[in-house]
Amino acid sequence: MRGLALIVARDLRLALRQSADAWLAVLFFVLTAALFPFGVGPEPNLLARIAPGIIWVVALLAVLLSLERLFLADFEDGSLEQLLLSPLPLELAVLGKVLAHWLTTGVPLIAAAPLLAILFNMDLSGLGVLLLAMLLGTPTLSLVGAVGAALTLGARRGGVLIPLLVLPLYVPALIFGVGATDAALLGLTARPHLLLLGAVLLVMLVITPLAGAAALRQAVE
Amino acid sequence: MHRFANPARFTRLADRVLPFAAAGAVVALGVGFYLALFEAPADYQQGESVRIMYVHVPSAWMAMFIYVAIAVASAVALIWRHPLADLAAKASSPVGAGFAFLTLVTGSLWGRPMWGTWWEWDGRLTSMLILFFLYLGHMALLNAFEDSQRGYRAAAILALVGVVNIPIIKFSVDWWSTLHQPASVMRLDGPTIHPSMLWPLLIVAVGFKLYYLTIALLRIKSELIAARLRALDLATVKAAEVQGQTARG
Repeated sequence: MRGLALIVARDLRLALRQSADAWLAVLFFVLTAALFPFGVGPEPNLLARIAPGIIWVVALLAVLLSLERLFLADFEDGSLEQLLLSPLPLELAVLGKVLAHWLTTGVPLIAAAPLLAILFNMDLSGLGVLLLAMLLGTPTLSLVGAVGAALTLGARRGGVLIPLLVLPLYVPALIFGVGATDAALLGLTARPHLLLLGAVLLVMLVITPLAGAAALRQAVE
Repeated sequence: MHRFANPARFTRLADRVLPFAAAGAVVALGVGFYLALFEAPADYQQGESVRIMYVHVPSAWMAMFIYVAIAVASAVALIWRHPLADLAAKASSPVGAGFAFLTLVTGSLWGRPMWGTWWEWDGRLTSMLILFFLYLGHMALLNAFEDSQRGYRAAAILALVGVVNIPIIKFSVDWWSTLHQPASVMRLDGPTIHPSMLWPLLIVAVGFKLYYLTIALLRIKSELIAARLRALDLATVKAAEVQGQTARG
């Protein structure tokens, strides 16, 4: 447990020192969403209706943007090998890295989501469910993304490969995330969607540290 | 199991199986398509266009079946480091991608007269599209590394993570009630489709399976030959180097 906390603390310190990276994801999130009114027209009702979908898709892309860094710096300067040699199980180390990644990208995205909801004129009665869905969904994005990032370490065109590997696996989180918010906006219960999001998160919490650690082992070998 | 890791032994076995698999595929596909196109009745609602089903449904089965086969091969490769399992996974994914693509295209052609739309974002269509992208990712990852062993290992891990999607595809028609009709053959209470239509469907499905077996065996064989060629090249280069050194020294 202490090792996990140490890894999280280290990654958070690194992220704070280079805070430009964390800001970049949020900036991308807001900026890309701001393109939609130009693309589909500024009609308020239309924007309000598609707001949950836009927020989710743009959040997905923002997370994607930050994935390549997840293991690359450690891979290049050799600290990844130290992690492998340390007595801490590698699965736990991956979990620590993912947790730090979520704290530095997922949480800022959740914090920025209300801004977008207001900009898109979304009915604010659905805001609570939107935030809850993102709280359950964004850790899944970090977990699955970590596997993609670990698999492409040392690959040719690694940065281009990550979206191809990761986006198909993001679709369930997207479907249930948008479904929850849409249900809340229509006045239906969002419970089943949120439960499914939670189930996806739990499954990924079990699978992805194992897969991520296996991927890192063969990357360093 | 490692008995068949020996390339010569595997090639001998493959050579013995191949003619039967290939002939079986030709016969089954010939009979199946004949029955499907000429003998099976036209559907009372869908008319003649129902015949697209005899390609569409078996290729959808194959697209899912091959992904599971890749996942099994990947698990074998990761656990027992069995070299042929890596090659089997590599040989399978383009075939699977082809079947997934065929499913999407025939589904689209069928959807136009039946539903009045080329494409509909319903559960099963979307999840088959995702399966197609999973195949593409698997193929891209396999070829992304200088060291082919790394590519095999990485693609195997990806295949195992991606297999989570297979049950979602299988049950999507039951979970989301949209345009796509619910399952009618693989049901617990038996198929709800008339035998005159079921038989051609099953025969084509067997033909596709044998076709896959044939292609996979051929591709594994050619991979083995390619590996031997690489080894020979390497040996020639090394021999030339040694000769150069002795001549200089």
